[in-house]
Amino acid sequence: MDLFEHQAKELFADYGIPVPRGIVAHTVEEVRSAAEELTGRVVVKAQVKTGGRGKAGGVKVAADTADAVEKATAILGMDIKGHAVHKVLVEEASAIAEEYYFSFLLDRANRTFLAICSAAGGMDIEEVAHTAPEKVAKVPVSALTGIDRAKAREIATAGGLPDKALDGAAELIEKLWCCFVDEDATLVEVNPMILSADGQVKALDGKVTLDDNAVFRQPDHEALADKAAEDPLEAKAKEKDLNYVKLDGDVGIIGNGAGLVMSTLDVVAYAGEQFPGKPSPANFLDIGGGASAEVMAAGLEIILSDPSVKSIFVNVFGGITACDAVANGIVSAFKLLESRGEAVSHPLVVRLDGNNAQLGRQILADAALPRVELVDTMDDAAKRAAELAAAGV
Amino acid sequence: MAIWLTDNSKIIVQGMTGGEGTKHTRRMLASGARVVGGVNARKAGTTHEGLPVFGTVKEAMEQTGADVSVVFVPPAFTKNAVKEAIDAEMPLCVVITEGVPVHDSTEFWAYAVAKGNKTRIIGPNCPGIASPGASNAGIIPADITTAGRIGLVSKSGTLTYQLMYELRDFGFSTAVGIGGDPVIGTTHIDALQAFQEDPATDAIVMIGEIGGDAEERAAAYIEQHVSKPVVAYVAGFTAPEGKTMGHAGAIVSGSAGTAQAKKEALEKVGVRVGKTPSETARLMREIMQAR
Repeated sequence: MDLFEHQAKELFADYGIPVPRGIVAHTVEEVRSAAEELTGRVVVKAQVKTGGRGKAGGVKVAADTADAVEKATAILGMDIKGHAVHKVLVEEASAIAEEYYFSFLLDRANRTFLAICSAAGGMDIEEVAHTAPEKVAKVPVSALTGIDRAKAREIATAGGLPDKALDGAAELIEKLWCCFVDEDATLVEVNPMILSADGQVKALDGKVTLDDNAVFRQPDHEALADKAAEDPLEAKAKEKDLNYVKLDGDVGIIGNGAGLVMSTLDVVAYAGEQFPGKPSPANFLDIGGGASAEVMAAGLEIILSDPSVKSIFVNVFGGITACDAVANGIVSAFKLLESRGEAVSHPLVVRLDGNNAQLGRQILADAALPRVELVDTMDDAAKRAAELAAAGV
Repeated sequence: MAIWLTDNSKIIVQGMTGGEGTKHTRRMLASGARVVGGVNARKAGTTHEGLPVFGTVKEAMEQTGADVSVVFVPPAFTKNAVKEAIDAEMPLCVVITEGVPVHDSTEFWAYAVAKGNKTRIIGPNCPGIASPGASNAGIIPADITTAGRIGLVSKSGTLTYQLMYELRDFGFSTAVGIGGDPVIGTTHIDALQAFQEDPATDAIVMIGEIGGDAEERAAAYIEQHVSKPVVAYVAGFTAPEGKTMGHAGAIVSGSAGTAQAKKEALEKVGVRVGKTPSETARLMREIMQAR
């Protein structure tokens, strides 16, 4: 889960990391009172979970309250790389002497953590990393030994930070490491990390990604989720512990196993290219290894409530679960939905392969469910589902 | 012969007495794997599924001669279970558990390295390893394929099964599911190296998916070190940017990690890449038939 800048900074503040005073505002009126409270020069910053806000005009300095209101009027509602701006952070303006870059992140390739530090911080850090990589220090950090003040100072020095910033930077880096570890983050980024005119090292921006797998020991993290931005179907699926992602197309997809479902999306998209309107997947839905009748019913229910779905493709490989159990699950799911008055109205293409596939197919054939078609292979089934979607309901 | 897991392998199950542990211990036994015991500190001295339960991995190894452990403990306890296997110098530790925090997997990996890499870790969040006809450590269904001379390495469980099933007439020396998490113990490259060196493996199927650059690095390795034919499949060509598709590692950010980039890297070094699982099976079929 990615955090908004203001959430990241609130987290930083909890760890004793210096951040500018700021207030979140959702409306122009809230911006006005925030600017009045902060007094003097303020910065109005769009809160969106994407980079390049500054370059897109989503970050503006305002001389006074009236100016802040004017700037916020332009920023609120702005679209930045497909992200609508629903709130801004109004912050006291900092007197910046120098701008640096710092982050801790997971280095997948080397299976370790990495600290990245550079004296050339700010909006162009990616450009610097590309054209002058020697200006960007990348220091592996062991999960076993971590970061102490001395190691933090070493990294700041490697990043080329001047002597006058070293003490402050080392302190900030050490605290940021605590935040990274204690919050189960996979990224904490401070860009820019500034040296203020009065010699203080501060986090002027913050980007944090938290590990969703750690929610069981991070009870506070759930409150950080951006519920408003969640797709309603995704939220509903989440409640039922289904792994569902809404996509743009019209072929509903149900399968078992993340890899197989991802592959199913591809195969359906390829198959769709040959039909009018180029039908494509409406969603990703992994019902996992179990695939009981209840789970199958819950999955079908989510997909049927998506108005863009025109056909459904159930793609199951019987591995742990045998196909006869999956077939029984589909039959029960139909009955369950019918008893609730939500009878399946869309064509359903089913491909069963693997353990007890013959038996599973027989069960479905015997049940003679309306609008259910059995197709032997994944490729042919994808084609048929796309064809049915193209034909409309 | 096979890689890492043979008919001599003796398996213990960490978390054998739990629901998943019990179910899959039964399945492993039914497939003919030599499961010799389990570990649960609170149930030491008892028997479960007819097998002895030990208090520690070390004790289980001493008593049974086990050289493989399969971990089914819940995510909150996985880090310590794996570290215990590392401390006991268990040669192979297969971590099935899904949902392990990445700080934990990064830590147990660092621990394994610090202890001299005496334990090969497979996973976490993986289906395990199967050498059909010889042994089975994990949750890969034993009866969907046969023993043969194809080696398979994959990030995904069900795609592993799909390919094992499609190529069941040729059969497999070993199939390794390395898992889809951002940090994993055994990589595509480790498996490619082992298959290259294994006299019982003639050709290799490699299954990848979006996210990270493991496939690109595997391609570079293949170019330098693998002379056996390799056929690959990459899932997630049409996955939207920035969305996680079930596997924690399968997330595309920016231009790196896309299926297209992986396919191009693999094709550049002479690996044939299937557009779908069945086309991938067809490509491997052609290679095996030509032998």
